[in-house]
Amino acid sequence: MTYTVEKAAMTRLPKDGLMDMAYRHRVLLSAVFLLVFPLLVPFKALAVNILIYGLYALGFNLLFGYLGLLSFGHSALFGAGSYACGILLVHYGMPWWAGLLLGTVAGGAMAGIIGMFAIRTSGIYFAMVTLALSQCVYYIFYQATGLTGGENGLRGVNVSDISIFGLHLYFVDPVTRYYVVAACVILALFFLSRILASPFGAVIEATRENEARARASGYDVRRVRLVTFILSGGFCGLAGALQAIHLSIVPIETMHYETSGLVVMMALLGGMGTFFGPFIGAAVFLLLENVVSLWTVHWQLFVGAVFVLCVLFFPRGIWGSVLHWVKK
Amino acid sequence: MTVDADIILRTESVGKRFGGFTALRDITVDFRRGAITSIIGPNGAGKSTYFNLLSGAFPPSSGRVFFEGSDVTGTPQHRFAHMGIAKSFQITNVFPQLTTHENIRVAAQALQTCFDMWRPRAAMKQLSEVADDLLVLVGLDDRRDRIAGTLAHGEQRALEIGMALASRPRLLLLDEPTAGMSPEETRIMMDLIVKLASERTVILVEHKMKLVMGISDRLLVLHHGELLAEGTPDEIRSNELVKRVYLGKREH
Repeated sequence: MTYTVEKAAMTRLPKDGLMDMAYRHRVLLSAVFLLVFPLLVPFKALAVNILIYGLYALGFNLLFGYLGLLSFGHSALFGAGSYACGILLVHYGMPWWAGLLLGTVAGGAMAGIIGMFAIRTSGIYFAMVTLALSQCVYYIFYQATGLTGGENGLRGVNVSDISIFGLHLYFVDPVTRYYVVAACVILALFFLSRILASPFGAVIEATRENEARARASGYDVRRVRLVTFILSGGFCGLAGALQAIHLSIVPIETMHYETSGLVVMMALLGGMGTFFGPFIGAAVFLLLENVVSLWTVHWQLFVGAVFVLCVLFFPRGIWGSVLHWVKK
Repeated sequence: MTVDADIILRTESVGKRFGGFTALRDITVDFRRGAITSIIGPNGAGKSTYFNLLSGAFPPSSGRVFFEGSDVTGTPQHRFAHMGIAKSFQITNVFPQLTTHENIRVAAQALQTCFDMWRPRAAMKQLSEVADDLLVLVGLDDRRDRIAGTLAHGEQRALEIGMALASRPRLLLLDEPTAGMSPEETRIMMDLIVKLASERTVILVEHKMKLVMGISDRLLVLHHGELLAEGTPDEIRSNELVKRVYLGKREH
């Protein structure tokens, strides 16, 4: 058996060692980027938004880019995290960290409920079922005014001071806020990287590549899908919870299907199935929105045109195209 | 039912209907352990339908399937690999964007873990070694790090067999393993099948009767969804009914 191992080592000689190394340290590189990122962005609040939507897109990308399932109902997962965090802070006076933790759990739980119905289908049917179910969730949250504030949104999700292991931070300060959110995002990136590199990550890839073959190899494809959907929900739930404490309010639009469409655009723009693409997508989208809306109220027309051009000429997305180009 | 250790697989009057169309009718067969059994028949005879019943792609409309004495009728497809039955598809079916090595490695992993999300997969060294050994067995060790989708047709078929073997099956089911192959590739594949059959039971579906005559221990001939004949290659060769079906086909 030793000869095969030697052979394996031989063929693994680094052809493009730099890319290999970058790939192995992708979490570290992403973290470094996120730490210097606010220096490049005009407004810190915008930088925080990019982090949050990037994390949301990251969760979506796990399902769409890595497993190959297109969901149009991710607003329900994002919203579940957001509302769970908001409700726990406002109505139950829980600390911020419990809000984030349980927001993550809520995102996963919501994904579990929606997923139980949706994973029976695939393709366009999966997209439609998730859309329909997320609209049901929207309606429920819209009606439950006592708990969610209904149309007016859930107000008063105020977090001003936070202390971590004896370290007191003033959360209202935009820079501090950015780095607290960035810490959560980097943690999420670390978890995602572990998942993708794990045996289960291999199963996700295999299921995307060929469902029939994955099943014949002995994988329960339905359960693989459900578990991936729940993981995706966890990441999106955390993003939602961070949004709640960032905005100090949970607007009902969080649950709206526009929020589902937004994440599809961000993921496609950045590059589906790439590790860091979702953040690039979120950054480009939100920066465009911010800059263009200074000139004209018709910023959506402009952003839409950029999106269409990107899909037509760079189907790999911005980050996906960059990676492809560097590899060449 | 008494368990006969010589019988690895048994179908008991299985049939399959698709809507109003009866694809397969009342087929009772015992498959012997350690043998190569080939299922042959002209186009539309129900070979693939029968194969799909054996491999669990869908359940029969009537009748029962027994594997090693236990009833496996209606068992979900993904359980079959765990029970010891593996299959290759008629249409080449690999993970096209993964490397050849990873194709087999992930297939082998199915028996050990699915939902392990924390360990790096590289830490499961022994799976990687299993994959390397299987690559040697199916003759693809020099294609280890190639993307599977870029392999030649014959190589992809060999890879698929490697993936099927990754679950260490006692029963290997092959659906037209030489479909679309050049004569040279066909010869290599036939040699491989004979080699594999020394350690496990093989059932294969084949359209071209001549091809399997030399290597099969037993043959089943299907025609219009019914079992026309069953026996050794010599018995089948001299069977009048079979002659008529195959000769009749040759007339036009």
